[in-house]
Amino acid sequence: MVSRRDFLKITGTAATTAAAGLVSVDAALGADHGKHLDPDRVGVLTDLTICIGCRRCEWACAEQNGLPHGDLSQCDDASVFEHMRRPDAESFTVVILYDATAGTENSKFVKVQCMHCEDPACVSACIVGALEKDPRGPVTYDAWECIGCRYCMVACPFQIPAYEYHNKLTPKVMKCTLCFERTMEEGRRPACVDMCPPEALVYGKRSELLEIARNRIRNDPGRYHNHIYGEHEVGGTSWLMIGDRPIEEMDLPVLPEQAPPVITETIQHGIFKGFTGPVMLFGLLSVLMKSAGDRRKEKEDDHV
Amino acid sequence: MSNSHTGGTATMPLAGADRTRSRASSHHEHAAPLWGNTDVPFFTRGSIVVTALALMGVAMIMVRLFFGLGAVTNLDTQYPWGIWIAIDVATGVALAAGGFTTAFIAHILNHERFHPVVRPALLTAMLGYTFVALGVVMDLGRFYNIWHVLVPSMWQGNSALFEVGMCVCIYLTVLYIEFLPIVCERFIGRVNLPGVLARLNGAVDGLLRFLDRTLGKVMNFFIIMGVVLSCAHQSSLGTLMALAPTKLHPLWHTSILPLQFLLSAFAVGLSMAIFEGMIASRSFRRPPEMNVLSPLGRIIPFLLTIYFAAKVIDLVGRDAYVYLFEFTGRSVMYWIEIVGGVVLPWAILLSHRMRRRPAWLFAASAMVVFGVALNRLNVFIIGYTPVYPDHRYVPAITEIMLTVGMIALLVLVYRAWVYLFPILPAEEKGAHHA
Repeated sequence: MVSRRDFLKITGTAATTAAAGLVSVDAALGADHGKHLDPDRVGVLTDLTICIGCRRCEWACAEQNGLPHGDLSQCDDASVFEHMRRPDAESFTVVILYDATAGTENSKFVKVQCMHCEDPACVSACIVGALEKDPRGPVTYDAWECIGCRYCMVACPFQIPAYEYHNKLTPKVMKCTLCFERTMEEGRRPACVDMCPPEALVYGKRSELLEIARNRIRNDPGRYHNHIYGEHEVGGTSWLMIGDRPIEEMDLPVLPEQAPPVITETIQHGIFKGFTGPVMLFGLLSVLMKSAGDRRKEKEDDHV
Repeated sequence: MSNSHTGGTATMPLAGADRTRSRASSHHEHAAPLWGNTDVPFFTRGSIVVTALALMGVAMIMVRLFFGLGAVTNLDTQYPWGIWIAIDVATGVALAAGGFTTAFIAHILNHERFHPVVRPALLTAMLGYTFVALGVVMDLGRFYNIWHVLVPSMWQGNSALFEVGMCVCIYLTVLYIEFLPIVCERFIGRVNLPGVLARLNGAVDGLLRFLDRTLGKVMNFFIIMGVVLSCAHQSSLGTLMALAPTKLHPLWHTSILPLQFLLSAFAVGLSMAIFEGMIASRSFRRPPEMNVLSPLGRIIPFLLTIYFAAKVIDLVGRDAYVYLFEFTGRSVMYWIEIVGGVVLPWAILLSHRMRRRPAWLFAASAMVVFGVALNRLNVFIIGYTPVYPDHRYVPAITEIMLTVGMIALLVLVYRAWVYLFPILPAEEKGAHHA
């Protein structure tokens, strides 16, 4: 026979055990929204007023990352600009012509690739931590951990991560890693930056890139639209862009300054941090159950 | 009629002698396996169709595993999630909410009259979540890595999906534990293994008796755990799309999306209990259990009111109501979701007279089910716009075949289970004089 006292004791013991287990899960909770970032973290500045749309960066990227590519001369094929292109499972970066009517003169191109957000939605989304924000800048991906849920793709405000849908057994999320091994381990510049003939791309500390961008805008206000894309968008990005016109005219998404993870992580941690919510609910339900049982018992005793 | 002490309670062996029995199995006199207790054969014209669809589903599972996601889905970079997530997973979880909502009312609030719906709802939840898990596996590119979610070094507490995955995992275990007493009840004193195994009959019987006793002592813990876990992941499922503020249409994107998911789960849980209860009655040629289902229907308008308030206050508070009057495809979907899935069933169920009529009760509960299913579809697919869309996502025929096949498989297993286990209330001869 289970008395009410036993019930409470058993429930209590079980709850305590569960709570102890939860403490270790709790350790896995910890939003910092970019607070762990290295002050000297790196990034790239794209000066779109310099880009000539030569697409050498695409070639260098494919070469560096083992992606399919033809020989260098194919970069001169301008017909690719006729259709909207986006980074996909076979290319981490593409150069697009955003104003086809204006012809292919300077400053009509945008190089698109992962922006390496400071507080990335994909990293916040990732169920197993396969995507990570390296404190030094790059957003990296570990295919061995990945379960292939593609929540990162849903979350990305730039529509960057692509997926190898046609790989039957070992599909990967495909995106720019800021040439992680090349930059972080070998100390070199990313392949696209190294390749860029007119030097539209600058690699360096994000703080210094912001300085460079501000100086360029200040020194030649006629050449630039006064906005550094990525300085504040979705909480800031490691990749920055400056151009001659507002971003909405360049086929880039206009984004709020709040990083998406701030919304969801505030909710998640509000409910689950310290497991206050679930534990309180458990307690409340236990009390409800006991009092409802007691009431029923009294009623039955009255009948007897 | 509305007196709760008519009918059922008289035969309920709750007081006195039976109190020594475990809580978990103290109501078993009310349920019986259909096998040998019904004139309806397992294979009717309807269930043969379901079986055929289920076989198609199994075939599609094979096709998916052998040929990969790219071959069987219309998913791409723009639309990474399709109907397998929106229907098989998100809607599946919502419609399995009958398990914890009826457990809350019947076991935690101890309303005895509702006990007959607890077992069917528990079975729906158990099978529902099993198929949700199967649905997730189908959608995962590297499904064989799903165990990574359980490895502490890979835990990612910032991810709402991690929270959903963990809770669903634990809750599924809890559901199986909650179902064990039914297995015990079915086989205690009736263990009859074939051939040489017959020697183990005594041992297995002893094991079942031990399990039953033990579970009886701890079942309250699992019942409460089930409710806590459900509240946690039903809401976190809403948090998922809150992470895409620039992609999800403002009619649906809000930071209280998790609250709305939870509130709609409450309402749809009880509606599902009614909906499936009435389908089962019809399928097995019994009169619907109106003395249980009708009072259950009475609770739903309260839950719908709270859900409706959370939707409307939020829309007005964010000034997003303006989109309602654009009458674009999306705003029409929102209107259908709210009017057809909330307002109309609310009005029907509020009426004492209509609630007492099987046809209206069924229609109203079906509308709530439809409304919540449409809400999940809206949030995960229809309200979702990629950053650079050049087409709309339309599920591939193979995606639809797998989804339909899995639902059919679930229905088929459900049917098998009610034939084999004491789930549905035993037929009370002449008890349906009302």
